[in-house]
Amino acid sequence: MPHPDENADLGARVDAAVTAALTAIEAATTTAELQAAKAAHNGQGSELASLNGSLRELAPEDRKAAGQLIGAGRGRVAEAIAARQAELAAAEEQAQLEAERVDVTALPRIRTAGGRHPLTMLVDEMSDVFVGMGWEIAEGPELEHEWYNFDALNVDPDHPARGESDTFYVAPAERHLVLRTQTSPVQMRSMLTRELPIYVVAPGRVYRTDDIDATHLPVFTQIEGLAVDKGITMAHLRGTLEHLARIMFGDEARIRLRPNYFPFTEPSAEMDVWHPGMRGGPRWVEWGGCGMVNPNVLRAAGLDPDVYSGFAFGMGIERTLQFRYQLDDMRDMIEGDVRFTEQFGMVI
Amino acid sequence: MRIPLSWLAEHVELPAERTAEWLHEQLVRVGFEEEAVHGGGLRGPIVVGRVLGFASEPQKNGKTIRWCQVDVGEANGGVRGIVCGALNFVEGDRVVVTLPGADLGGFEIAARKTYGHVSDGMIASERELGLGDDHDGIMRLDALGIPGEVGEDALALLGLDDQAVEINVTPDRGYALSIRGIARELASATGQAFTDPAETARRAIDASGASGFPLAIEDDAPIRGRVGCSRFVVRVVRGIDAQRPTPSWMASRLRLAGVRSISLPVDITNYVMLELGQPIHGYDLAKLRGGIAVRRARAGERITTLDGVDRALHVEDLLITDDRGAIGIAGVMGGAETEMDASTTDVLIEAATFDSVSIGRSSRRHKLISEASKRYERGVDPAVADAAAARVAQLLVDLAGGSLDTELGAEVGEVARPRPVSIPIGHWRDLTGGDYTDAEARSAILAIGATIEEADGAWTVTPPTWRPDLVDRESLVEEIARIVGFDRIPSVLPTAPPGRGFTRAQRLRRQVANALASAGLTEVLVAPFVSEQQARLTGDEPVRLENPLDGERPWLRTALVPGLLDTAHRNLGRGLTDLAMFELGRVFHAIAEQGTDALPEATARPSDAELAELDRLPEQPHRAAVLLVGERVHKQPGRAAERYGIADAIEAAERIARTVGLELEVRQAQREWLHPGRAAELLVGEHVVGVAGELLPALAAEADLPRVVAVAELDLDALIARARVRLDTRAIAPMPAATQDLSLVVPVGVPAGEVRRAVRAGAGALLEHIALVDDYRGPGLEQDEKSLTFALRFRAPDRTLTAAEASEAKLAGLALATERYGARLRE
Repeated sequence: MPHPDENADLGARVDAAVTAALTAIEAATTTAELQAAKAAHNGQGSELASLNGSLRELAPEDRKAAGQLIGAGRGRVAEAIAARQAELAAAEEQAQLEAERVDVTALPRIRTAGGRHPLTMLVDEMSDVFVGMGWEIAEGPELEHEWYNFDALNVDPDHPARGESDTFYVAPAERHLVLRTQTSPVQMRSMLTRELPIYVVAPGRVYRTDDIDATHLPVFTQIEGLAVDKGITMAHLRGTLEHLARIMFGDEARIRLRPNYFPFTEPSAEMDVWHPGMRGGPRWVEWGGCGMVNPNVLRAAGLDPDVYSGFAFGMGIERTLQFRYQLDDMRDMIEGDVRFTEQFGMVI
Repeated sequence: MRIPLSWLAEHVELPAERTAEWLHEQLVRVGFEEEAVHGGGLRGPIVVGRVLGFASEPQKNGKTIRWCQVDVGEANGGVRGIVCGALNFVEGDRVVVTLPGADLGGFEIAARKTYGHVSDGMIASERELGLGDDHDGIMRLDALGIPGEVGEDALALLGLDDQAVEINVTPDRGYALSIRGIARELASATGQAFTDPAETARRAIDASGASGFPLAIEDDAPIRGRVGCSRFVVRVVRGIDAQRPTPSWMASRLRLAGVRSISLPVDITNYVMLELGQPIHGYDLAKLRGGIAVRRARAGERITTLDGVDRALHVEDLLITDDRGAIGIAGVMGGAETEMDASTTDVLIEAATFDSVSIGRSSRRHKLISEASKRYERGVDPAVADAAAARVAQLLVDLAGGSLDTELGAEVGEVARPRPVSIPIGHWRDLTGGDYTDAEARSAILAIGATIEEADGAWTVTPPTWRPDLVDRESLVEEIARIVGFDRIPSVLPTAPPGRGFTRAQRLRRQVANALASAGLTEVLVAPFVSEQQARLTGDEPVRLENPLDGERPWLRTALVPGLLDTAHRNLGRGLTDLAMFELGRVFHAIAEQGTDALPEATARPSDAELAELDRLPEQPHRAAVLLVGERVHKQPGRAAERYGIADAIEAAERIARTVGLELEVRQAQREWLHPGRAAELLVGEHVVGVAGELLPALAAEADLPRVVAVAELDLDALIARARVRLDTRAIAPMPAATQDLSLVVPVGVPAGEVRRAVRAGAGALLEHIALVDDYRGPGLEQDEKSLTFALRFRAPDRTLTAAEASEAKLAGLALATERYGARLRE
């Protein structure tokens, strides 16, 4: 049985130690200080720890009450530490968040936006329309044999377009190589290699010896269409062009055909498109040439004009871009000024 | 072709309210593109006046003006005082007076005070009236032989109330380069009556039957089997006065048609050419020696043409000759020696039919595109020569005071007749899808001057002589559709069979472009014309053009980079200093024996052997190239500026490769045009598909570019050919990974990529990922050593790896690196 004084004395020492601990915990303003307070008042060598250690010296009958007394004290201290810990952690997190605040309008940028060239995007857009109709995209060489570029297309050997004032010839000219002046050679290549019926478009670069000005480039882009099937008529030609026009220029777009002459088609027509979105009001715009594949062209491909007929059309991509976006000067399309491309970004 | 309305109205009925716009509309409908309207800019009152008298008044500025009293007729206010600066007239001269209120194409005439008088109008010069360039003085009507009473409306008198519409005539329709042809077209478009001026001319004067002039066609070397001259008609008119003025109506029409007035006889030949489409040449008969023969030129022959140019002739040139030799290049231009001049009295008129190919070649060879050659190249009606010669003769008689020599005409050759064409009835509907009735088709065919014979469900159509373009049923269908109207063709969408979509290559090329643009690069398109230095930059054999636009750049690009360098230079010149650009395009590499000597016929499918020959073309692979210059990151808050370099070029190349499902192997390399220490070959497997690096600084300086220009160029075709087609997918192992670092020391010259490859190979299947995280040189290492640190991630598919297993694999990796490169572990 412990002496009552001894018990009272222990109680006072526990209270004092707890009070000191609570004061220290309350005074801690950082988790580090709190850890220090915890070590000082509840860790090894602290008053409460040594009081706990002294339990062994008590008579067994006194240990329980003393143990409870000390345990309660340590429990209060542990609780206070936990509460303070939570408070401090929350405050510190808050402070860190505050410290991490940035000016979202002044953050570093790594790279500016790039962009696709509008001509290639326009080719993609038009190609998509035709692929959507079941057509395929045909390709051919840009440096072409003269036969494909002219003879096979019913262009007379003495046609002025074959002169060096219109066509780039590879040296020596006697080897009959040219930079294709139109995408039409792909027509012949398609007819020679593809199975019938044929529904293809051929976009690509073409070349003519035109000096550069606002509406002429020595290098430009065309898209050529060719359908060869049984029973193909000019009505199909018009229907196809009108479908394309409506997708590109809106539902009110229409196609008008005017008689014209091309060696590779007969009848031949100039196509105008009614462009509802034209700046300054809707109007007819010249868009390209078209017609029914000339029977001589079908024969050169080994096809029988009594069995098959076909239509073909071709339009300039630069010109299309020019009137769709009211671009006055075609030179911007080929000079490579990145500002021209960047204004389009990834969308046309 | 310019068509004065008044001229047209002589041969086809025009509605009273006809305007240039109305005519354009009609002609566009039948396939003539409109170009412009000429004339019609003037507004009256512009009248004939007579100078009653004038006082010369010297001015302080040294100039002398005349204060004139001019009678402009009672109706116009009688006598008016007018100040005139010209001195080329005398009392009594009839002149053209523009009165207050007149409008000379934006220049309004008003009574105004000048040189101390109120000038009540203006006495006009030719230039002020838009009649010509003559501004040396005012128009003197008497001197010009222009009739007209005082007070008469000069607008009508001078044809200034007339207008011409200009249309573009397609090369297949030579007949439309004449008033005759256009009048017929208009008649078919409007349904109005047409009077053939050729018939009128034949009726007006009978010059046929003469045979007194020696003529011969001796073409011993036809081109492509075509005889150069099929018909040659001459007529002779004697006793003309070549100095008579051209009547104002003719001068006015010629002017509106865009032809300069030269002299009465020359104007008459031009007038008839415009009217009938038949080029005419007039010779001074006195200058001819002997008869005329049409033949090919002989080697070494020369001629001085009307334009005063001495020309060497080519043996293919078709000539008009007399006993002395060449007196004209047939159908192109006459010779100077036999030219008509002011003293000419006797004229020999030539109206001939020449072959289009022969004339076209001569015209191009001599770079002489004349009104005559333009017509011959497109085809002249072979049956109109006699009518045209008769018309010229008649005008020389009527206007120049000559008389027809009925003995001394001649004609040789035959009129070529077009071959009949058979067309199944209804073919016009089958080919167009338009609901053209047979009756409409018939009247259209008749309207163009053809005849129809019907038998067995088909028509045999014989085209008129002026339509050599109508050679097959399709050309007849075009005529029917054109005349009845293209607007009758409906719109029907054809149904294509199911397609296979884009090819893989097409899809991947687009994907590459999108990936590069998404990564912040800007697509540019560059013309492929380059200098020899540019063409040979990368060592491929270039292709040269025979006729480049720019003599400095006659080669085609063998690589995309040179064009990008030019483009960068242009952008930098415009103050755009930081550039990330790419181009996708073809390049051209010469091959041995490219092209062919011959051109196959195109009448049937060439044989497979011929087709293979035709494909001996230079190689034209698709390439992708990038160019990066300037700052990759700008200086900004919290970030220092970073400049583009080889790393960015390689990264862009890797992006392209990853876009098509490939990983590139990067290998240190040498290229003459790249920085010797900053150049890489890019490989797929063992195949080099491209290069990346920084441009050789000396080349950058030469091109006026910053020192560091990072570029990469990939063979897109080669890349896509190797693009991943199949992927052997593996199950993703959920087992935990073990990560370890490996620091090893190797000689400085060993590329990190090689070491990485050795470690990867040595570590075996457990190594999932390896990345170089540090490259250290300095204290603790020898001068020629470096320490590379790799972060390694190991994983086993079936179990949790122990640290010991991971370490064992790592050391196996080290061992291989040691074996290959002498690597040792860094302590």
